[in-house]
Amino acid sequence: METQTATPAAAQTATRIPLDDYAGVIGAGEIEELRALAKPLRGRAVEMINSTAVGGGVAEILNRLVPLAEELGLRIRWDVMTGGQDFFEVTKGFHNALHGAPYHATQKDFDVFMAYNEANRRRLPLDAEFMVIHDPQPAALIDGRDKNAANHWIWRCHIDLSHPNRTVWDFLNKHVSRYDGAIFSSPEFARRLPIPQYLFYPAIDPLSEKNRELPPEFIAQTLERYQIDPFRPIITQISRFDRLKDPVGVVRAYRIVKRYFDCQLVLAGGGASDDPEGAVVLQETLEAAQGDPDIKVLELPAWAPLEVNALQRGSTIVLQKSLREGFGLTVSEALWKKKPVVASAVGGIPTQVIHKHTGLLAHSVEGTAYQIRFLLSHPEIAFRLAEHGHAHVKENFLITQNLKRYLTLFLTLAHAV
Amino acid sequence: MNSAAVPFEFFTVAHLTRIGNQSAATLAEMLAGLEVCSDASIFHHTYQTLGSHHFLTEGFSNDFAQWALADANRDALAEQLAALDIRDYISIAALRADLCRVVRDYCTEHPEFANQTALEPFFFCESVEVTVPFGRTATTLDEFRDGITHLSHSAFYFHFISSRLRLQLRTNDFSHWLADGLGLQELADRVNRVDIYTNTLDSVRAKLIRLIDLERGKHDGNADSHTSGRTNGDSHSSR
Repeated sequence: METQTATPAAAQTATRIPLDDYAGVIGAGEIEELRALAKPLRGRAVEMINSTAVGGGVAEILNRLVPLAEELGLRIRWDVMTGGQDFFEVTKGFHNALHGAPYHATQKDFDVFMAYNEANRRRLPLDAEFMVIHDPQPAALIDGRDKNAANHWIWRCHIDLSHPNRTVWDFLNKHVSRYDGAIFSSPEFARRLPIPQYLFYPAIDPLSEKNRELPPEFIAQTLERYQIDPFRPIITQISRFDRLKDPVGVVRAYRIVKRYFDCQLVLAGGGASDDPEGAVVLQETLEAAQGDPDIKVLELPAWAPLEVNALQRGSTIVLQKSLREGFGLTVSEALWKKKPVVASAVGGIPTQVIHKHTGLLAHSVEGTAYQIRFLLSHPEIAFRLAEHGHAHVKENFLITQNLKRYLTLFLTLAHAV
Repeated sequence: MNSAAVPFEFFTVAHLTRIGNQSAATLAEMLAGLEVCSDASIFHHTYQTLGSHHFLTEGFSNDFAQWALADANRDALAEQLAALDIRDYISIAALRADLCRVVRDYCTEHPEFANQTALEPFFFCESVEVTVPFGRTATTLDEFRDGITHLSHSAFYFHFISSRLRLQLRTNDFSHWLADGLGLQELADRVNRVDIYTNTLDSVRAKLIRLIDLERGKHDGNADSHTSGRTNGDSHSSR
């Protein structure tokens, strides 16, 4: 059994942002509130466990959340489970199967999964008062729960379980049902379980490179580098080149809008260089865009937070025309930057885009085009939607809110108040 | 300026959302759900959701109305549901009865829509509330003003809006204390009249502070005196 390193390197190297720095963003009262909620939890132990230290949304959130909880006085540690290539191949298959993709699970897959969970049970302390286990990979760590310990085990599921592969879910459910509670990102993503289920929205960090304020010169330079005209409307979709993000549909919507407005389209994302399907979708998008110099198809590196930030901030309207979506946090990123958003009513998007309040929803290429035209015709409405969208993110989808939800959960579990 | 015998203690509140096992895909199912869901669910989709969308001032009232509008595509029903003002209720039972009545009447008048499937189902959730002391108290109007200035949105909402359910009165914590603690009945009434549906929480707070400042202006130069009276300062506890 080969194993990979378990060090949450990202947590060790990341720049620590003090909690008080968020006061300028969310207000001093909200920080005072976090401190009040954390007071009964000071010195209490929390262990977060996931399967990767770098890359991916979970590591990104833990990277910010753990230092903030620590600053509030919780004894929090973040452990990463170890596993060999065979384990991660199995769990990738499970991940896709739980999202509903066809998958034939074998007994050997289950044996590999259990063997690595057993190995990690022996390695990790698992003795904190609040154990938070993220996603399916370490879910079977619950088997190592000390029956005599009065600790609380919570399973945080970041994926959509609404249409899972039955065999894989039945296997996983045996473990999940033994937890004291489960957390999902949307009621739609949850399963009927015999344990309490809680709703935690994913979160963005307003002070991260992807979301923090940028100097106008940097935004201008970024637009210039990609030959985007800052004086004409810019419609942007940031997403992987993936069929479920419907980049070709975005081009079709843009072509309808173009009949009425002299605008530009920016399709920017990664995922084409290391993903064979991504390369095909990129090619299809380029073909759909052919002949129009106002369509910029940009293949960004996998991690280009400042460029994404600048492109979003430089845009007139941001799109997320997905055919299927998880939570779709790019929507919150755009709303946070006070950009009017037109997006599909799928997955977690309607939670972020409350139709006609914080953005506009659409269900088709034609609908998307209409909503873009409407916003370009009514900049005052676009402005108001964007302002409300920003407030919505501030209230519900920031890392500080995520922290508040964890504090509330711990207080509830411990009856600490 | 008066000083209250019992201080106002500022609390803060946090809500955890629990996902229920109940959902509704049609208006008929919504009615069935409204009839049997927990009180915590009615609270979550009305009081709590208004608090978490406090920045919206045009048409957003509660989750049921928003679902009727955006997913069931029934504008008239949405308007009727949105028109229910949570400040008119001092019990969840009364609010539930009116929500049920509005949906039932609509289904009776428009039976053709009762079983029409909505774009997205409605998922019933419920709120678990945790309150903790905010670490601030006030015995004078000046201290009270200072406390309000520093409150988080949740804490402000807790004292100003959802307190009605706790007090079982058509008032709020602030007005209750201003009247009973400081003897400022007129100010208490003015504060209670501020419209939470057409203002954001921030603008409500700004209005409260303006009202308090006007009151302070009246009392400038007056000698301090003590006013006794029942306050809600000792009525808070973890719930």
